[in-house]
Amino acid sequence: MTSEEIYSQLKDIIKIYLPEDVSVSEINSNSHLINELNINSSHLIDVVLDVEDAFDITIKDEELEAMDTVSSAIDVIQTKINHK
Amino acid sequence: MKRVVITGLGIVAPNGVGIQQFQKALQKGESGVSYFPELKELNFSCCIGAKPNISEEKKKDYFTDLELRNFNSSGILYGVIAGMEALSNAGLQPASKEESPLWDLGVIFGTGTSGVEKFREAIYKLDDKQVRRLGSTTVAQTMASGISAYLGGKIGAANQVTTNSSACATGTEAVLMGYQHLAAGKAKQMLCGSCSDDGPYVWGGFDAMKVTTFKHNEDPERGSRPMSASASGFVPGAGAGALLLETLESARERGATIYAEILGGHVNNGGQRNGGSMTAPNSEAVQRCIKEALREAGVSADEIDYINGHLTATAKDTVEIENWSKALKRSGVDFPYVNSLKSMIGHGLAASGSMEVVAALLQMHQGFIAPNLNCEDLHPDIVSVIDESRIPREPLYTELKTIAKASFGFGDVNACVIFRKN
Repeated sequence: MTSEEIYSQLKDIIKIYLPEDVSVSEINSNSHLINELNINSSHLIDVVLDVEDAFDITIKDEELEAMDTVSSAIDVIQTKINHK
Repeated sequence: MKRVVITGLGIVAPNGVGIQQFQKALQKGESGVSYFPELKELNFSCCIGAKPNISEEKKKDYFTDLELRNFNSSGILYGVIAGMEALSNAGLQPASKEESPLWDLGVIFGTGTSGVEKFREAIYKLDDKQVRRLGSTTVAQTMASGISAYLGGKIGAANQVTTNSSACATGTEAVLMGYQHLAAGKAKQMLCGSCSDDGPYVWGGFDAMKVTTFKHNEDPERGSRPMSASASGFVPGAGAGALLLETLESARERGATIYAEILGGHVNNGGQRNGGSMTAPNSEAVQRCIKEALREAGVSADEIDYINGHLTATAKDTVEIENWSKALKRSGVDFPYVNSLKSMIGHGLAASGSMEVVAALLQMHQGFIAPNLNCEDLHPDIVSVIDESRIPREPLYTELKTIAKASFGFGDVNACVIFRKN
């Protein structure tokens, strides 16, 4: 799966958790999930669960920390998929 | 002591969602009780119950799509809708996101247990070693204070925001707690009420105790029979009632509609002694609670025009009527009018007190007494204490000035409030 394909699926997941005052168009590959997109930190857990379901992977606790921006999340997902 | 009034009402009841629909149902005597095949499937003895009907569109009026993701707590659903209705019915708005929160508005919203279905879902996942997959809202939906937390956040309430729990007296107690808080000058507005989940996981324990009726699975609307000689147990229900309590000062300043003034009330306990137990009331305590409520309200017993009873449709209804009669020293035709909302919507458990207070206030405000359903055969032990005419079986239009509401519950808890129309 290309990183563009991952990005587009990830965007669909993330947009559900955006607060009302942040629009989907504000998501880009460098966006910081909490600081820039204002996603409630407790919802990061839900983003991760949705990612696991969508890509059929399991993300470990220590890998969560590396998923703070859209691009770093794509990297983690890419690595997981390649090692399946 | 500040004077305290009620300026907003909200309701999610099995026979009506929203004040308007509910008031019509009260006037017509519409039942909200129905048959649930899922209860039969689960081998329940009592396969009837009463739950509010909430459309998907209605949910979206009160919750964001994000909030509704993995949402599975009917009590919080009902409580939020009723609570937000009471706020807007009082002419108040939530704090906007940019402004300070509302320092002088608090929430006391009770429940028996929260998010039972959500908890069940979580337990299944957990036992399947999937604790990490519970998601972020399991705690918020299953903590007892979930309902006050949801409401507090939606409104921006920044005074005391809490949840009380006293079984079937929860809603009535919440009103009294809010009243005391306002009377003491600690806030200007308090959103008070209670809610209860519906469904087998809440109702099952009562089915096991055989306190619900198993005789009306064929005719659900006839099942809830308070004060009837053929009462055979209560019909389990659910929903939420909400009231916006406010200091008289603040209500006048805003020019708000005043439904009634809370003159006073009392909460006590029978100590599970002298006939009282986990499940039965100590009659002396019930009578003391009513008398003390009158004393605190500064009202004499003969001023009470109407009683909104607890009256669940068990053998204890006769004891309740006797206790009212003894506490008020009134009987026969001199007894106040009395009715039980439970004949229409069953026993809403933790939600019952607040739904019934809302019903009582609507009746006083509009000058009518809702009919008691299903008691064409009044219990002889009730008729020997009070006259039949005091138990209207048809809607009765009459001015009500001062009324009493009491709720009693497991743990031998009692709560009684006195209201007056201004």
